[in-house]
Amino acid sequence: MLIGTRKGAFILRGDKTRRAWKLSNPIFLGHIVYHMVLDHRDGRTLLVAARTGHLGPTIFRSTDFGKSWKEAERPPAFPKAPEGQKGLVLDHVFWMTPGHASQPGVWYAGSSPQGLFRSEDGGRMWEGVPGFNDHPMRSAWTGGIGDGTPDGPKLHSINIDPRDPSHIYIGMSSGGVFESVDSGRDWKPLNKGCAADFLPTPDPEYGHDPHRVLLHPLMPDRLYQQNHCGIYRMERPEGRWLRIGRNMPKKVGDIGFPIVLHPRDPDTVWVFPMDGTEVWPRTSPDGKPACYVTRNAGKTWKRLDKGFPRRAWFTVKRQAMANDAHEPVGLYLGTTSGELWISRNEGASWAFLARHLPEIYSVEVAELSK
Amino acid sequence: MKVHIPTPLRSYTAKKSVIEAEGATVGEMLAEIDQRYPGFRFRIVDEQDGIREHIKIFINEKQARSLGAPLQPGDMIHIVCALSGGVR
Repeated sequence: MLIGTRKGAFILRGDKTRRAWKLSNPIFLGHIVYHMVLDHRDGRTLLVAARTGHLGPTIFRSTDFGKSWKEAERPPAFPKAPEGQKGLVLDHVFWMTPGHASQPGVWYAGSSPQGLFRSEDGGRMWEGVPGFNDHPMRSAWTGGIGDGTPDGPKLHSINIDPRDPSHIYIGMSSGGVFESVDSGRDWKPLNKGCAADFLPTPDPEYGHDPHRVLLHPLMPDRLYQQNHCGIYRMERPEGRWLRIGRNMPKKVGDIGFPIVLHPRDPDTVWVFPMDGTEVWPRTSPDGKPACYVTRNAGKTWKRLDKGFPRRAWFTVKRQAMANDAHEPVGLYLGTTSGELWISRNEGASWAFLARHLPEIYSVEVAELSK
Repeated sequence: MKVHIPTPLRSYTAKKSVIEAEGATVGEMLAEIDQRYPGFRFRIVDEQDGIREHIKIFINEKQARSLGAPLQPGDMIHIVCALSGGVR
């Protein structure tokens, strides 16, 4: 497990049984680690997106699975604006995704404020993707610096179509879901059917707030998203979001941050609902933590809360829930109160995996052997 | 001139708390330091050449507000991480 926290990163090493685990010492202790990701194509390159309260953003790289680290030689940054003009300033890299299997060394990164960056050498040197960063509609799509999450507006959920490296989806908070079919040279909004209750416009083309967007690797024409305004599924090429969260229990609602897909069954999806009422506490509804699963692409949902405390007041952030590829699938979630939870049986029961960590920002599974 | 390095940046300066540097302006000085300690500059100066919000640079005892601030041989430079945290 690769764990990014408010105070550094951790690696939690487990065995095939998923019962024996050993937590590393903190890595980059004191840094805010938004994301730590393994390059699944080589099984050894790790990238860490970090900054500190004082120091600006950067990316650290390891090519030996965390034994040694080097800083990116040219981390992501927006271009310098011409004299007299105001340019964008990168606050932090929020998201990193390895590129297509056919493009070893290629990585994409999403930032706050919303920017898209690409590396072709395993994260050493980064360039902006001008087709997005300089797009004449970028400012309108993103709504500007003030229109984002409390922790800053973000570009996240970079999904590469496994059939076609030039076909890319991104999510933006705010902005919505966008698609490129030409390697990022141009982008189009993909938000039909998705609610944006916080906007005055009834059915806007963009300005939505997807919290997490996922494409199913075995059915790349199927997308799921956990949005600020519900849980959705889309079938391409139709391109319209269907609010499958309408089938969640009314008392729980369908607001949350993370969403996780079954690696072998495109109809099975897990979410971790949160309280999105009144002032948005973002804790579990009524303080009762529970995961929900659908096994029929969103027609019905089942509550999975065995093992969780009866009442608790943590939040699970959008990058802090993940799955492995075992049979049965293992689920993992990290909380803002520094607890890591595991389910070895697809959510049927949950147990502590680690506690007393700093506030968890991200959780990624890095399977080195099956 | 001597440049005092705060602890968060000493991973770049091989743990040195004071280094020697050259330059006629703060910007030139930081560019020169970055040549020797790659990555140093971007942690404290953003891509629009703004000194980052929670970083202060003092020339002798006067705060430099921009990278254009002039330097003289013998100036004492302090790079300071501002006391701006404390809530998290």
